Amino acid sequence: MAERTEKPAEGRPVVACDDVHVEFRTLATGKPIKPSMSSGLLQRGRSLRTVHALKGVTFVARANESIGIIGTNGSGKSTLMRTITGLTPATRGAVYAKSRPNLLGVGAALIPDLSGGNNIILGGLAMGMERSEIEAQYDEIVEFTGLEDFIDMPMRTYSSGMSARLKFAIATAKEHEILIVDEALSVGDRDFQKKSEKRIRDIRERAGTVFLVSHSMRSIRDTCNRTIWIEKGELRADGDTDAVVKEYEQHR
Amino acid sequence: MSMSELAAANSLERVGARPSFTDYVTEVWRRRDFTYSLAKYRIQSENERNRLGMLWVVLRPILSAMVYGLVFGLILAGMRPANFVPFLIIGVFFLEFFNTSMNGGAKSIISNTALVQSLPFPRMVLPIATVLQNLLNFMPTLLLMFVLTMLWGARPNLSWFLFIPLIALFYLFNQGVALIFARLTVHVRDLSQFVPFISRLIFYTSGVFFDPRTVLEPYPTLQAVYAWHPLNEVLAIARGILLDEYSIPWDYWWKLAIWAVVILVVGTVFFWKAEERYGREN
Repeated sequence: MAERTEKPAEGRPVVACDDVHVEFRTLATGKPIKPSMSSGLLQRGRSLRTVHALKGVTFVARANESIGIIGTNGSGKSTLMRTITGLTPATRGAVYAKSRPNLLGVGAALIPDLSGGNNIILGGLAMGMERSEIEAQYDEIVEFTGLEDFIDMPMRTYSSGMSARLKFAIATAKEHEILIVDEALSVGDRDFQKKSEKRIRDIRERAGTVFLVSHSMRSIRDTCNRTIWIEKGELRADGDTDAVVKEYEQHR
Repeated sequence: MSMSELAAANSLERVGARPSFTDYVTEVWRRRDFTYSLAKYRIQSENERNRLGMLWVVLRPILSAMVYGLVFGLILAGMRPANFVPFLIIGVFFLEFFNTSMNGGAKSIISNTALVQSLPFPRMVLPIATVLQNLLNFMPTLLLMFVLTMLWGARPNLSWFLFIPLIALFYLFNQGVALIFARLTVHVRDLSQFVPFISRLIFYTSGVFFDPRTVLEPYPTLQAVYAWHPLNEVLAIARGILLDEYSIPWDYWWKLAIWAVVILVVGTVFFWKAEERYGREN
């Protein structure tokens, strides 16, 4: 495990995770694989299983940091991010934050049958913006998506790349103090990727703290100055991006 | 320095703690533009999916009124309440608002899990938007109800303004019921399968096809129960306003008002108590 590099002189703490554990209880569905375990029709073949998704994660994030979160699939990255936002409560331990961290994900609030333009309004309201704020930024959002010709068409007619651009543009329209980006940079063509990486850096410069969850080591290297590696629900390494990414790549 | 001391020293607050009741209600009120837009845009998107669009909002209750009218009109034959057609239309149309609110409320959290898991906002917005959506859909139905009852002899007069307080009370009552079911289905998923049966039971017992005041004459205890049946109260008042054959039972007004306030308060508190549970996997 890499040494945790505490640099006390840096920015003020904005997020503190204190020994965070998350457990999910879920119904295991489907038939048991071993025939000896087979059950009758009335015997319920569904058992309650506990998944220990996070096993005690502790770290402090400071103002102006942009932190990459890496780890293999199912290692608990997204669970950690959802716990930081308070959407998934910690079973044990606690998360403290200066303001409520926002997950960069507005997609679930949008309605496919509505036009892109109406979805900009709805998505903005869902994130807690005032209608006047959204209207003031409307043209800028549309321009960022590059979808001027399609903005009056229902979102269901968009290609996946187009709707991903729309979602990213809506989500970053809001001023975020603490922002969590989950894999969003992998969407769209190269031009759009460049544009969105620049926007993430802008957010960081406006004194924000950014968490970036990604499998792309390139975007982690380009945007993050600190990286946390989560493996099987445990914090495996935390420190300078170059060192942690190198260790992660050797591990694979 | 421990984490909690560090948090306190830098004025960090614990994430995900349930806000106090007054803070919560204030936040719900602050988000009213979102709530209203959600209801409005959902209606818009629903209408765009069907060719007949908005027309379905009024066609659905008409068709069900026709089915019930045909079936029960024949079965009840001699026992039909006076002026049966408008009697039935009022019953079916009003119950439609209640049923869509209860069913929609029951689904409002569990069918929006993705939204609940991705954005922070007071979850009460969702059941409120659902009932608001149903209220907006109820308006054209109501207009149609006035037109149809006029075909069967109803004449507009000043007492029709009593529909404003009646629908206000009915709306608050439905909102309370929706809030209660929104939380219940989160705890007991299987309940959402059961809700359609509950709403059918309510539909058949609320006096949609029969008048409890005459049918239950031989059973005074049952009659006393029906005097406190909130949906029967709504229907009886509506019929009293619109139809000459029926009088407005004035005591139902305050009974209904008690129902609406109690159910709304109970529903709001009950829903708020589980705020941090919504969207969890278990």
